[in-house]
Amino acid sequence: MKIIAVIPAYNESKTIGWVVKEVKEKVDMVVVVDDGSSDQTNELAKKAGAAVLKHFLNRGQGAALQTGIIFALGQGADIIITFDADGQHDANDIERMVQPLLLDEVDVVLGSRFLKPKAPFDSAQGRQSPKPKVKSGIPISKRILLKIATWLTRLYTGLPITDVHNGFRGISRKAAELIEIKQDGMAHASEIIEQIKKHQLKFKEMPVNVIYTDYTRKKGQPLTNSFKIIWDLIFGRINK
Amino acid sequence: MIIQIIIIIFILFVLSRVIYRFKRGEITSRELVIWLVFWLLVAGAVVMPKKTDVISQWLGVERGADLLVYLSIIVLFFIVFKIIVKLEKIDKDITKIVRETALKRKQKDE
Repeated sequence: MKIIAVIPAYNESKTIGWVVKEVKEKVDMVVVVDDGSSDQTNELAKKAGAAVLKHFLNRGQGAALQTGIIFALGQGADIIITFDADGQHDANDIERMVQPLLLDEVDVVLGSRFLKPKAPFDSAQGRQSPKPKVKSGIPISKRILLKIATWLTRLYTGLPITDVHNGFRGISRKAAELIEIKQDGMAHASEIIEQIKKHQLKFKEMPVNVIYTDYTRKKGQPLTNSFKIIWDLIFGRINK
Repeated sequence: MIIQIIIIIFILFVLSRVIYRFKRGEITSRELVIWLVFWLLVAGAVVMPKKTDVISQWLGVERGADLLVYLSIIVLFFIVFKIIVKLEKIDKDITKIVRETALKRKQKDE
């Protein structure tokens, strides 16, 4: 089973190096899509051992993800992990994300920062269970916004999702071939859920750690972006 | 009225540009006719604004000037919508180019 991680990155020179190194331990290959960065992101990702693709213009996270997924499929990926470049995810969660895909239980595994872990994982094997800090550290304004986005997507797709805008996902080859991200911007997160519904893919949510630091907060989307996302979703639909 | 004179001067300027462009072969004779008719109609409406009331009243609008405003807004909305759709398409096309380039370059590297 070839597992490839796809990391879209736009001006993430502060974090990309160690993020790539940490993720690399857990997967067969790391693909970084440099989305037109003007800093050292490209070089640092290469130095850390990632295969780097470069968008010569900034096209948005959705566009970068799709480019990375196409490349990963070309490299013969059986499982694709999408991961954020700003260091907000925990590479130690990758094993748990991949598990349901390896067992062929589902086609897509979605990371959720709001889901509480049900049972300690792998206790049978005597390994320490991960303890997701589910509630801690999510800024209140962000929490409300994410909830609203999630409810809207739930309303629209009818799927019981708890965290739509989470960049941590595990996607089987079959699902990656079916899903086509057309939303270049941040609206791709909702679009992926819609496509899961459309292609009737089996999915599962997995509680994951999200680490909020001053850096991730600064690099994250400003709240005003939510209007753009809604606009994109509406016009993306008209345009079809 | 001064506003009439200003608009007429503007129309004359536009007409001269239209004819100039036609002479240089930048627009077709069909476009020339369309623009000439359009701007001459505008000139007519500016010189004799009362005459437009006849048309507007036939349509159920009291004043010709009001009808003109209504029509303008409808046309503008339509144009804005067209532009947004077009922009969206251009955006998608740019992404395709950027993506292809990224994948091709990577292929070359290997």
